[in-house]
Amino acid sequence: MEIEKLIRTLHPLERKVLPLLDKFHTIDVLQEKSGLKDVEVMRALQWLQNKSLIRVKEDLHEQALLEENGKLYASKGLPEKRFLEILAQGEQPISEILKKAQLSKDELNSSLGILKGKAAIDIKKGNCLSVSLAENGKKLLDKGFPEQKLLDKSFPVELKALSDEEKFALENLKKRKDIIKLHIAKTKSAYLTSHGRKLVERGIKVDVEDKITPEMLRSGTWKNKEFRRFDIEINVPKIYGGKRHFVKDAIDYIRKLMVSFGFKEMKGPLLQTSFWNFDSLFTAQDHPVRDLQDTFYIKEPELGKLPDDALVSRVRQAHEKGVAGSTGWQYQWSEKEARKNVLRTHTTVLSARTLAEIKKSDLPAKFFAIGRCFRNETLDWAHLFEFNQFEGIVVGEDVNFAHHIGFLKEFFKRLGFEKARFRPAYFPYTEMSLEIDVFHPVYKKWIELGGSGIFRPEVVVPLLGKDIPVLAWGPGFDRIIMDYYKINDMRELYKNDLKKIREAKSWIR
Amino acid sequence: MPTVTLNKAVFEKLVGKKLPIDKLKDRISMLGTDLGRIDEKEIEVEIFPNRPDMLSEQGFARAFSSFIGAKTGLRKYDIKKSGYKLLVEKSLPKEWPYALACVVKGIKFDDEKIREVIQIQEKLGTTLLRKRKKGGLGLYPLEKIEFPVRFVGMEPDEINFRPLEYPSVITGRQILSKHPTGREYAHICQDWRKFPVFVDSKETIMSMPPIINSHTVGKIDETTRDVFLEITGNDMYVLQHAFNIMATSLADMGGQIYSIDCIQQDGSKLSVPNLAPREMKIDISYANKLLGTEFTEKEIKKYLERMGYGYKNKKVYVPCYRVDVLHQIDLVEDIAIAYGYENFNGKLPDFFTVGEEAPFEVFKNKISNILVGLGLLECFTYHLSNKKIQCEKANCSIDLIEVRDTKTEDNCLRAWLIPCLLKVLMENKHNEYPQNIFDIGTIFKRGNSETGIVENDRLAVLLCNEKSDYTKIRQVLDYLFAQLDLKYKVEEADHGAFIGGRVGRIMSDNAKVGYIGEISPEVLSNFALELPVAALELNLTELFETMNKNVRIFHPVSDW
Repeated sequence: MEIEKLIRTLHPLERKVLPLLDKFHTIDVLQEKSGLKDVEVMRALQWLQNKSLIRVKEDLHEQALLEENGKLYASKGLPEKRFLEILAQGEQPISEILKKAQLSKDELNSSLGILKGKAAIDIKKGNCLSVSLAENGKKLLDKGFPEQKLLDKSFPVELKALSDEEKFALENLKKRKDIIKLHIAKTKSAYLTSHGRKLVERGIKVDVEDKITPEMLRSGTWKNKEFRRFDIEINVPKIYGGKRHFVKDAIDYIRKLMVSFGFKEMKGPLLQTSFWNFDSLFTAQDHPVRDLQDTFYIKEPELGKLPDDALVSRVRQAHEKGVAGSTGWQYQWSEKEARKNVLRTHTTVLSARTLAEIKKSDLPAKFFAIGRCFRNETLDWAHLFEFNQFEGIVVGEDVNFAHHIGFLKEFFKRLGFEKARFRPAYFPYTEMSLEIDVFHPVYKKWIELGGSGIFRPEVVVPLLGKDIPVLAWGPGFDRIIMDYYKINDMRELYKNDLKKIREAKSWIR
Repeated sequence: MPTVTLNKAVFEKLVGKKLPIDKLKDRISMLGTDLGRIDEKEIEVEIFPNRPDMLSEQGFARAFSSFIGAKTGLRKYDIKKSGYKLLVEKSLPKEWPYALACVVKGIKFDDEKIREVIQIQEKLGTTLLRKRKKGGLGLYPLEKIEFPVRFVGMEPDEINFRPLEYPSVITGRQILSKHPTGREYAHICQDWRKFPVFVDSKETIMSMPPIINSHTVGKIDETTRDVFLEITGNDMYVLQHAFNIMATSLADMGGQIYSIDCIQQDGSKLSVPNLAPREMKIDISYANKLLGTEFTEKEIKKYLERMGYGYKNKKVYVPCYRVDVLHQIDLVEDIAIAYGYENFNGKLPDFFTVGEEAPFEVFKNKISNILVGLGLLECFTYHLSNKKIQCEKANCSIDLIEVRDTKTEDNCLRAWLIPCLLKVLMENKHNEYPQNIFDIGTIFKRGNSETGIVENDRLAVLLCNEKSDYTKIRQVLDYLFAQLDLKYKVEEADHGAFIGGRVGRIMSDNAKVGYIGEISPEVLSNFALELPVAALELNLTELFETMNKNVRIFHPVSDW
């Protein structure tokens, strides 16, 4: 950038720091000379460096820091010093010294060791142990302890700046507990680049305004002002807005999609009787899906109510002997089993209820539902005890299998999957039964999404009164959501990690 | 779904045609089985529960070779008469009244064949026979048995024989506690007054169904050529099918079936097995209408034959081993599979319908969007919770609804949302503040409904930051009600989770619709929170009803 323009981009902080760099280089000095705070100097240096006006050098050097005991002894004096000072009053028994010098047992022992080592004391053994000052001790008291002198310095202390005697004292203190710690410090120093020097030489004083004030606008003085140019390429701190949960965002999209296809939304409770969840869907009462280990049953109230007798007896008939030319499952159907309350295992239960309610004059008709379903699972990366399903049914005299495939292809196209594949599958309540796979355009592989099919006459006839084709599908879409948000662990869908919710991209389709 | 491992060489020999591996994979999937793994030696497939007849090399190969056009149409099995008799006696426990049996001769048993037979027996036992609760299958070397064989009930302590792979003779009762298979299936028969056993004419105990065979007379090995095959249980419909699946598999292994006359408890005589196909009608126009196709009768015949059926003069002959054909719709599905699901192009119907979101969903979505506008973050929590979170930590006693046999500690349906969101805050302490969050979800209470449990959708808002207080949360409530054009009042109330004097009940149109206040420090510390939380919980179901009660009437402005 040309110099004139560059000068006009300088922030007030940069303006303060830049001229100083001709003479001063370290942060503490720059801080002192500019009268700015530490962070302000750092910020200014960062911006100047971004503009290539300065070069910042980092030096590593060793420093000594005071630890807990070090800080204590710096103010109170080292234990051995306090010990020796007591002796200046003459020979004393150990117990007396301990009290007067306020030493702990450990401190007493280490003081004795150190002072003996320096031949600063004489110990007399008698009835009780007593100590007196030796010649070296007197000298030590006069001259002062080198370790104490070191502690009295202002920390952190640069190792490079220490004299040989101080270094020796440092070594001694290092061996003792929690007095001194060494660490590697980084010091930054900044120097003008040739470009920066040009600016300083040119003089950076220009009259530019930083902010537009209401005053300027009112008085019109802005007309004569020049505004500082900003570094518009700069990174700014992140902000986060209020936001929908990303799964709800996706659910909402699917809801809109279904509506755009002319489907009407079905709603219903999460708790259902087994009658609606299983029996009305021709799932035999001994079918493994009804086991305790797969389905959540309620302890109390264990049993719910059955709908009107006519419907119940039609469903019973479908199971026991069959309806509409079917042989049925050939077993004895139990009312109690049908009354058991369950957390719905699929949204298909809502389709069954809808079929029992609609009138023939409403046909043809299309319905959908999106909602939570439950299965008795542990929680791990691939399993949840709650999951989302989206359900669609098309009811009409003239709908057929070709339409079924047509609908599904259209839906998944709008979810971003151009290619869908259908494999034969099995569900007790559909025939044709299809497994839906979609082709992942990036990973180039098939993803299994779940089931669909045409309801069996044994389902439709008891509910609707007539064998009319009902196209139905109920794939899970948690996998689609995981794929979209690049989530590998299913638990993350409902973990409510606020950082993840804040940062998740928006569902844009 | 049961998974079977098939010996690829045996499978290919039975199919009579070797396909390249990609083609094989594709065809297996499109027949209606889930292919697990395939390598040079083995094919692992998941069989859907409606096709137990495919749970063996023989059954799977039979279906597959028809499907690819190698051997199509109805298979015929030749049955000779053995002249033997099985007597099913009245002494049997009422829980286990039926038995069927036949003889299969001329199978050269080796390790591989023994493995295959055991696999079919096990897989049928777990699937069609519902973990042996409906019935059990058994095989015996024919030469060790003296006819006639009787199926009788005996006192559990008077039954004495050496069960399979067990070192000594023990009683029927002891088998249930000492033998591993006995322990596994003890729950089926432990309460029966008598246990069923097969005995031959020398009074040798052959087995104690559905638990275990005798080691001395009921063990197949490499020297076995001819076998006695039986099935016993309580569901004749299922027993016949399972028996036919087993018998036809043994026949496909190279055996010759000999029938046995089985005299049932009521005196009726069944010549077993009955492998005659079942006759069914198919309405071709029904098939075409449902599939959206225009297949001719000739094509229908071709496709049915590809699925192993016979077809003659508008009649379909359903193989004796198919349990899943209940209605002609099942034939239509098989026609579609034979034609190939991949060959249906798909089209959209030409009638018109109006799409519509559920009004309550629209309402809830609006509320979410209003709160998002206030900078709040939406959460999505589970409906299952537990007593610790819902009551103990939240300092609130509620009669929670319990769920049976859960696999996690969350064994209750939640009765309110605030504790769920307090848990969210607890788990997010490492993340940036302010943490102002909300959730809309269902809660459960006992009440008058079909299930005896009433569900309501609620909204909970929690403001967690240094400055959260009653004013802040009240402002949220105020804004929300203003946006919904609803009036409300807050009345003084008591609630264990909130600070006394800083909690109120929200009333709208004289209905109690929620609580608002500051969460008590005790509850905050129970959730290990270090910042104040101001919260509200609103019953949206109730609020929505109130709103719809007061539908405003608009008067036209002009005469237009």
